[in-house]
Amino acid sequence: MTILPLTVDGVAYEAGGRRLLSGVSFTLNAGAPTLILGPNGAGKSLLLRLCHGLLTPTEGRIRWAGGDGRRRHAMVFQRPVMLRRSALANVTFALRAAGVDGANARRAAADALDRFGMADLAWRPARVLSGGEQQRLAMARAWALRPEVLFLDEPTAFLDPGAARIIEEMIAAFSAEGVKIVMTTHNLAQARRLAQEVLFLHRGELVEAEPADAFFSGPKTEAAAAFLRGDLFW
Amino acid sequence: MDITKRLFLLAAAFAALGFAPKAADTATETIVVASTTSTEQSGLFGHILPLFKAKTGIEVKVVAQGTGQALDTGKRGDADVVFVHAAADEKKFVDEGFGVRRFPVMYNDFVIVGPKSDPASAKGLSAAEGLKAIAAKGATFASRGDNSGTHKAELALWKAAGADPKGQPWYRELGSGMGPTLNASAQLAAYTLTDRGTWISFKNRGDLAILVEGDKTLFNQYGVMLVNPQKHAHVKAKAGQAFVDWLISDEGQAAIASYKISGEQLFFPNAKDGA
Amino acid sequence: MDAPTAFSTAFALILNGDAALVDILRLSALVTLSAVAVAAVIGLPLGAALALARFPGRGAVIVALNALMGLPPVVAGLALYLLLSRSGPLGELGWLFTPKAMIAAQAILIIPIVASLTRQTLDDLWREYEEQFRSLGVSMGSAMAALLWDARFSLVTVILAGLGRASAEVGAVLIVGGNIAGHTRTMTTAIALETSKGDLPLALGLGLILIAVMVILNGATFAAALWARRVAG
Repeated sequence: MTILPLTVDGVAYEAGGRRLLSGVSFTLNAGAPTLILGPNGAGKSLLLRLCHGLLTPTEGRIRWAGGDGRRRHAMVFQRPVMLRRSALANVTFALRAAGVDGANARRAAADALDRFGMADLAWRPARVLSGGEQQRLAMARAWALRPEVLFLDEPTAFLDPGAARIIEEMIAAFSAEGVKIVMTTHNLAQARRLAQEVLFLHRGELVEAEPADAFFSGPKTEAAAAFLRGDLFW
Repeated sequence: MDITKRLFLLAAAFAALGFAPKAADTATETIVVASTTSTEQSGLFGHILPLFKAKTGIEVKVVAQGTGQALDTGKRGDADVVFVHAAADEKKFVDEGFGVRRFPVMYNDFVIVGPKSDPASAKGLSAAEGLKAIAAKGATFASRGDNSGTHKAELALWKAAGADPKGQPWYRELGSGMGPTLNASAQLAAYTLTDRGTWISFKNRGDLAILVEGDKTLFNQYGVMLVNPQKHAHVKAKAGQAFVDWLISDEGQAAIASYKISGEQLFFPNAKDGA
Repeated sequence: MDAPTAFSTAFALILNGDAALVDILRLSALVTLSAVAVAAVIGLPLGAALALARFPGRGAVIVALNALMGLPPVVAGLALYLLLSRSGPLGELGWLFTPKAMIAAQAILIIPIVASLTRQTLDDLWREYEEQFRSLGVSMGSAMAALLWDARFSLVTVILAGLGRASAEVGAVLIVGGNIAGHTRTMTTAIALETSKGDLPLALGLGLILIAVMVILNGATFAAALWARRVAG
């Protein structure tokens, strides 16, 4: 039983009298990663939050084919949010919230840390880990939940290149295990490495939804071309 | 979250401990006596209550308040016995059915104290003459102003002296108990009316001294009453009556007479012939 | 000057292990610690709920709670007195002039302090956690517990603030406790009594002992929290 595809139908979002997204429609299918690209303020993070259910659209519908799979999709944020307790306890907490009972949660959490080579960090207070370690922990925490879809909001934006590469490897590993990756990034090289499909947002509207090869080799809109040239970057 | 839960349980258990009745409370019978600050602070209860407990096994808990408040505590049913000094109010208390019967127990007397320099030259006068002199001179006078027995006695003395100090700049209404009023008087170099018992046991006299004493009008009668169990069913009538009976018995009267500070007797039992 | 006499009085009381003093200290500790425990059991979850919940009138509740932090003890004491009086609605309990009434009075005074300071402490933490918790589908109850646990070292200070107010309080416990020797006489009411008896050195001596106890209690709590923080991270 799968929750995909995800249908986003005519979604708009307004806040404080400003229209931040309008008329966004697309379908997310299982498979290789989908990257959401666009200049700053295009509404990328907002779209992720709407899909993940953290926000409710003011117009339109967001529908999971397999019903509302609230527990079947997870999200990793730009800045990892760590509870003031051990690395292991952070993962256990997420599993307990997902309804896994105590002993099983503990075992699954330890497995998740093992899986990504973080077993030696298990008892360290999560808040004193480095930025890269915290983001790896956030990834492991998301993985432990066994999501079918994982939303990633600029997961490497604040990391040095070495740490960013480890996160990227983790993303690739998730994808290889069949987890559908939906991710925003500012890093075009990273997007080229990971993306199979690209959603390009510009001024709150979805202007291109293309296979990655087609998007990067021949953008259809002037906005996307300017973005790829770097003219729209900041 | 197990640890949080455990912490809460621990706190809850501790809280419950505070509310659990102490074993001692159930073993001995206790009564609550509403009395006046003057009797409590003079140390009289500390002297006589152990004797009463040794005899009857009944523990007496004294709540020391002004006479007005003590009578109110009795009216509300929050005390079993009321032991105060304001004869007229006590009679009213019994007439209204709040008390069973009033028994005179003992007396002491009031004295007028003031600065040794005695600016109003009140020393040696009668109470009425002394107050008149204070009013004429406009010397500072500190009044309890708290509706206590002492306050009521003071107002009656002013009336007898034919003077009305109310609102005069030299007349200070403190709204305090006897001790705080004496503390303030020492600081203000003021005259004030106090019962002799509190005065003798009071330690912070500063420059104050007794200036007027021995006048019949300064006589201070104490009475005791059982709170009417017909008004308040929970009143411990038997134990309360036992305390009343003991106070006016030869044994209780002797105990009162034997209380002395620095060789000076503070209270004079008069259950047989008192008013 | 009274101060030297006060110090020697305080030392004499302690050195002699004065029985009455020990009783008074024990009752003070029982009343104050019980009140703090009651206030913690009620105030911590209340503060956490206020930090998390969004409902109409939340602002008004917060303002009211903050205002209650300054509730005059005499007013709280009087209100409780009228409630607990045999002629009052809760007279059946028979709590008036017992330590129970004193615990209730102090708890009423410090619940607003604990709840209000807890809410302030947890507000910031919740702002940080909220999105992650909603992503994880954490229930309201678990979120409250998680916030309280994660802020535990800051909340120690909140509890100490409540403890400070409770132990310094005299107005309310005097009214509902009655300051009965050997039953409801605490450090503060004993100090008030000795002051009105004009025995200022004894009053001040008792005050010094009270201050010393509070310093020791606060110091021990501070050290314990510091140690726990180092161990727990």
